[in-house]
Order: sequence, then structure tokens, then C-alpha cells
Amino acid sequence: MTINSEKLSGNLKSSNSVWKFFTSVKLTVIVLLLLASTSVIGTIIPQNGTEQFYISKYGEVFFKLFNALDIFDMYSAWWFVLLLILLAINIIVCSIDKLKTTWKIIFPDKITFNIERFRHLKNKEIFELEHDLEAIEDKYFDFIKKNFRVAIKEKLPANDDHNYKGGIAIFAERGRWTRFGVYVVHLSILFMLAGAVIGSLWGFKAFVAIPEGATVDSAFLRDNETAVELGFKIRCNSFSVTFYDTGQPEEFKSNLTVIENEKELFTKDIIVNSPLRYKGLSFYQSSYGVDSAKSALFKITSKESSMTYSQKMEIGQTIDIPESGGKFTLTEFVHGYNFQGHNLGEGFVGKLIEKHNDKHDKVNTDKQDEVNNSDDKNHTDEQEIYIPIKFPTFDKMRRGAFSFEIEDYDKKYYTGLQVTKDPGVWYVYLGFIFMIIGCWITFFMSHQTICVEMIKADRGLTIIVSGSANKNSQGMKLKVTNIVSKIKQI
Amino acid sequence: MNSSIVLSVTTFVYAFASVLYIGSWTFKKEVMAKAGFFILTAGFTGNTMGIILRWIESYKMGYGHAPFSNMYESLVFFSWTAAALYIFVELKYRERIIGVFATPLIFLAIAYASLSPSISDKITPLIPALKSNWLIAHVITCFLGYAGFAVAFGFSIMYLIKPNDSGKGLQISDNNNKTETHLHSLFSKLPSLDLMDELIHQMVMFGFLFLTIGIITGSVWANSAWGTYWSWDPKETWSLITWFVYAILLHLRMMRGWHGRRIAWVSIVGFMAVLFTYFGVNLLPGLHSYA
Ligand code: HEM
Repeated sequence: MTINSEKLSGNLKSSNSVWKFFTSVKLTVIVLLLLASTSVIGTIIPQNGTEQFYISKYGEVFFKLFNALDIFDMYSAWWFVLLLILLAINIIVCSIDKLKTTWKIIFPDKITFNIERFRHLKNKEIFELEHDLEAIEDKYFDFIKKNFRVAIKEKLPANDDHNYKGGIAIFAERGRWTRFGVYVVHLSILFMLAGAVIGSLWGFKAFVAIPEGATVDSAFLRDNETAVELGFKIRCNSFSVTFYDTGQPEEFKSNLTVIENEKELFTKDIIVNSPLRYKGLSFYQSSYGVDSAKSALFKITSKESSMTYSQKMEIGQTIDIPESGGKFTLTEFVHGYNFQGHNLGEGFVGKLIEKHNDKHDKVNTDKQDEVNNSDDKNHTDEQEIYIPIKFPTFDKMRRGAFSFEIEDYDKKYYTGLQVTKDPGVWYVYLGFIFMIIGCWITFFMSHQTICVEMIKADRGLTIIVSGSANKNSQGMKLKVTNIVSKIKQI
Repeated sequence: MNSSIVLSVTTFVYAFASVLYIGSWTFKKEVMAKAGFFILTAGFTGNTMGIILRWIESYKMGYGHAPFSNMYESLVFFSWTAAALYIFVELKYRERIIGVFATPLIFLAIAYASLSPSISDKITPLIPALKSNWLIAHVITCFLGYAGFAVAFGFSIMYLIKPNDSGKGLQISDNNNKTETHLHSLFSKLPSLDLMDELIHQMVMFGFLFLTIGIITGSVWANSAWGTYWSWDPKETWSLITWFVYAILLHLRMMRGWHGRRIAWVSIVGFMAVLFTYFGVNLLPGLHSYA
């Protein structure tokens, strides 16, 4: 028995010291200091970059050191998360510990006032009044009662020793409950942290690019590029981008349709600040690009006649070249084209079948013809040509009978959507609301008590108004002055 | 009349107000502080008009957005919030000389906006990410927060240069050093230390509340624009660092009983963090287009 109880008290003692450790505000200050100072690191060293980037920037040695400390992804590093956990435990323990005493203050068995305490307050004002006590005490009481939640009147007996003729004291108070404010603030932090944990456990961030007209049913996770099923389908009907006359982008807009079980549910335009939300997933406009082209407007120049012709073509369309020059088919739009080791960028690829009137020309290209061409060898040859968008004169260098350049083209875009699921966000938002309300209560409201002592004097009354508050003493001082100026007018 | 002109004039009016406040302290003339307050109010009126005019002008240009979208506009708005807050404090506490260090900050912000060659006062259209009602809520609350911290900073400086007690004053006069005695009596003209201490605390609480709301509105906005309420971008992180510093201040004061000089120092450190969040972060990579 004795051993057991000793052991028990021993346990209690050690758990007590752990408890004590976590109730300390010193710990809070240290943890907050560490959070603040280590957070600086991640704003100076770019986060989540590539290995090559870091090695070239910091060198091999520092790269290894930083990497070992998870500096390159420091906000989810174990030591940073540990600091947040310490903060959370600190808040929980500290709040429970303090709440025990605060609870008794907020819900006392009986609200009592001590006249001596008020008499010792620094914050008081004294003035004389010509009235009789009986004539005025009720009016004073009513006024005080109107301004405070609880008001009590007490008779003060005369005391010959102190030459005290007696009178009354009116006590009043309000805002006892505001002492809860701090707990609301601290609770709110726990909500936010919980929301963050829930989000990282059951949420995801993914990305998907949808070409205009295309439909997708999955997206790719940001961290490891694995596909996640959406559970429904999203079609991008169209994407548009508009610009101001300054050249700055004005609006990015995607028109999306949600399709579930082969049924079109609804269609919505999304822009940067207005995502589409469905079944816990949100789709944000995050990027865009040119997927391909729908059609192109060509300028075709004849070498022989120097005439130029404008021709609009759809992808896949074949036209007769003017001046009976042959046939041209627009095969596809490409994002890049390698020409002698240079990438010439976006452009169109077409199939050209030129009719040749010139014999020499034909001889020159004979060899190539045999490889590429199986049709009517005597009159035509077929070749693939590339027409870049950025370099309008490029096709002239081919020295064909006709040269092609792009005057304009109709882009087919893809829209880049950020897809997120975050079931924790509501906890975070609840935390936000608590945080604001809690701060408001703690900063701008207080538990105020006031005492108006009315003492019978030789002629009339002496009135002492004193007040105190659990915070914002300056505000309370102003309040006492304010009340004095008002009750003087009664 | 266009907004740039109104705001340039406002800059000079604020300069004049600051000079009067500093003068009232240097020459111990209360009447100068009275005039300073009057001029400051005039500057504030000009500042308000300038902001409204600029708002109207942006609609006339077809861009139509609240004037909180770039460095110039944010600095002008910072002056406005700081002036509003200071005027409120002076009216509430009926202390005149407390503007000595707060008013120059109001002037410096708007002067920097008007005079710095790297800050353009052109009205530009909003990029898509900024088109949100959250922009207005976010900017207003953040800047109310900054204003609170700026005024607290002004009071902290004042607290620190005011001599602590009468004992020290005696020592200085023993030295028979005239300028030092003069300086000393100058500093002791400042409002009582208790009041300054209280005011620093009040301003920090005000700033903390609004910085809190500012960070919150910012993260709700980020969530509606980018799908994540917190992405640890440098600006976000620095505003959080600032928030931590002031949370530390509140706890040191509430729970460790720190007061006076020590709190004044923490408040100065906090304001340095504010300045870095505001200006320094632009040197680092990130999402924000301005302050
Ligand atoms: C980021 C984290 C925290 C924030 C934002 C925060 C915020 C606040 C605020 C705003 C106040 C009110 C100060 C005032 O009235 O002027 C406060 C008071 C307090 N905080 Fe925290 N706090 C945090 C963490 C903690 C932790 C971890 C503890 C644990 C020891 C703690 C303990 C206290 C205590 C004991 C008070 C005073 C309560 C009272 O007035 O009776 N705080 N806190």
C-alpha cells in the first residue's frame, strides 16, 4: 500500500512537472519566437525547387546540409511541425489550467463587493452635492443600473470613531463573461491547426489541363503526378483570354460543364476569383495555353508572278494552289519544330504537292521524290513543309514555286485547372471567426466594476465614484470621468 | 483637378502638420500642437478627397477599381489610415504632444509615394487575380493593422527617449551642461510614461486585431482565387512573422508583466517586421503584386 501510494505520488509529481512545463507562458514565448525566426528561412531560401537548382545555387556541401534539415520544404519539415505541436499542447494545457480559476470568477456563487477595495483604488473622482441622500439615491441607482448589468445598493452605517456620518454605496459591474475571450482566441488556433491537419490527411491538390472541347475524369496530384479520379467528368467547352489596351491580361475564363453518369448536370463560367465547386472538389482557373489551332489564314506568294493570295484553311483541309500550282493540305498544328538543331516554336505542318513546269527544278529534287512520293512522278512531287508562326519568311528559304506564311490563326486553347479537395477548410474558417470574435472581446471589452459611494456630509453629500477593470485601465479612467459628468446632471 | 495633384498638396500639408507638432514640443508651445492638429485634419481631408478622386478617375478610365492596387495607392492609403487613427487617439485621450513621432510617419509614407522615382502614380487596370471584393476587405484591414503598429511605434520612440525618473534629471543638471538640461526638460515635456505605456498597448491591440483580420481575409481570398488558404509565400509568411512578434508582445505584457521600455522595444521590433512585410518582401519571390 505504502509503496503503491508512493509510486502514485511519484507519477503524479513527474506528470505534474510535465504539466507545469506546458502551462508556462515562457514556453509560449520561446515557441512563438522559434516559429517566427525559423519562418524567415523559408522566405529567403526558395522552397520546393529542383535539386540542380539548389546545387548550383548553394553548392554541394550546403545542399547536403540543408537537405538533411528539410530546409527546402521547411514548412512541412518534422521540426517545424513539432514546433506547431508544442504550441498546440501549450495552448491546451495552459487553457485548461487557467480555466479552473477563471471559471470560478465568471460563475461565482454570489457576486460580492468590497467597499474597502474601492476606497483604495487610484481611479476615483470626488465631488460635493447639495442634495439630501434620500432625494437622489434612487435616481443614481437607476442611472447606474441602466449602464451596468448588475447593480447592488448597500447601506453604510455611521461610524463615530472615524467621524463617518453614514450613507450608501452603489456597486455595479458588467462584462464578467468577457474573461472568456482569451479562451476563444486560443481555441481558434486549435481549430485552424486541426483544419490544416484534416486538409493534409484527407485533401489533395491536383492539376489538370483540358483542351477546348475535351472531357476529363481525373486530375494529377501536384506532388507526385499520380492520377486521382474525380468521380464525375468535366468538359471544357471554351476558354478565352482578354487583354486591356495596355497589354495586361484582363480576364481568363473557362466555360465548364459537369457531366455525371453521362448526364450533363450544369455549366459554369469560371474566372480567377470564382471557381467551380462540386462534390467537395473545387476547380480554379490557374493557367492556360495553346493546345492547337482550329484554322489558319495563309498568305501564299507565287514566285513566278509575285502575286499573293489569302487563304483560310481548316486543319485537314486540302486546297488547290492558285495559278494551278498544285495542292496543299494543312495537316496539323505543332508546338515545336526542329530545324537544324533549332526549335522554331509553334507552327503548322502541311503537305504540299507542287505541279512543276520547270524541268530543271524537277531534276534537282528527283532523289527526294523517290523517297517521299509514290504518285504520279512525272508531274508532281509531295513534300512536308513546316510554316512557323514566329518567322514569316522561313518558308521562302525552301525556294519553292510558292511560299507560305501565316497571317493569322484561330487558336484552340487548353485551360489549366487547379483541382483541390480540402475537407479541413471549414474548421479553419470556424477558427478564423473565433479568432476575430475572441480578439475583439479580449481587446475591447473588459470586466468593469464601479462603486458610487454617497456619504452624508455637514451640508449635503460627498460623492466618490471609483472604478476598476481587469484591463484597459485608461479606458476605465475615462469611463469614470464620463459617468461623473453624467450623474452630476441628475 | 486630378487626384495626383490633390495628393501632392496633401503631402505638403502633412509635412506642415509634422513641423508644427515637432515645433510645439521643441518650443514648448501648446498652441503649435493645436495648430498642428488642425492642419493634420486638413491634410486628412485632402487625403480622403485624393483617394475618392482616384477611385472616380479609375472608373472614368474604364478600369473601375478601388484605389488599393499598387505601391503608390497602398502608401497613400497607409497615410490615410495612420492619420485617421492618430486623430481618433488625440481626440479620445486629449493629449496633444503625442503626435510628435506619429505625424512624421504619416507624412513620410505619402511623401515616399509621391517622390520616389520607382513608384508610379499611374492608374493601371487590375490583373485577374486582384479582381475580388476580398481585395478591398483585405487591404483596408491590413492597413488599419499597419497604422496601429505605426502609431504604436511612434509612441514607443517617445517612451524610450523620455527620461525615466526625476533622479536622472538631477544628475544632468549637476553636470551644469546647459544643452543637456534643455534636452532633458524637452523630453520630460512628453506625456506621462504611464499614459504612453497604455497607449502603446492600446495601439498594439488595435493593430493586432486588424492584422489578424487582414491575414484572415487574405487567406479566404487566396482560397477563392488559388484554391489554397495558405501557401507560405514570402509575403504571407512575413505577415505571420509580424503577427507572432506582436503575439509575443501581448503575452510578455499580460503574463510576464513586461511594461514600459521593454514593451516599447518589442513594439519597435514588431514595426521593423511590418516594414519588411511591406517593403522588404518585394525583394523576395512571391505572388503579391505590391504591399
Ligand atoms: C499563436 C498563438 C497565440 C495567440 C495568437 C495568442 C493570443 C493571445 C491573446 C490575443 C491574448 C490576450 C492578450 C491581451 O489581453 O492583451 C492572449 C492571452 C493569453 N495567452 Fe495567448 N495566444 C497564443 C498562444 C498561447 C499559448 C500557447 C499559451 C499557453 C501558455 C497562451 C497563454 C495565454 C495566457 C495565459 C493569456 C492571458 C489570459 C488572461 O488574460 O488571463 N497563449 N493570448
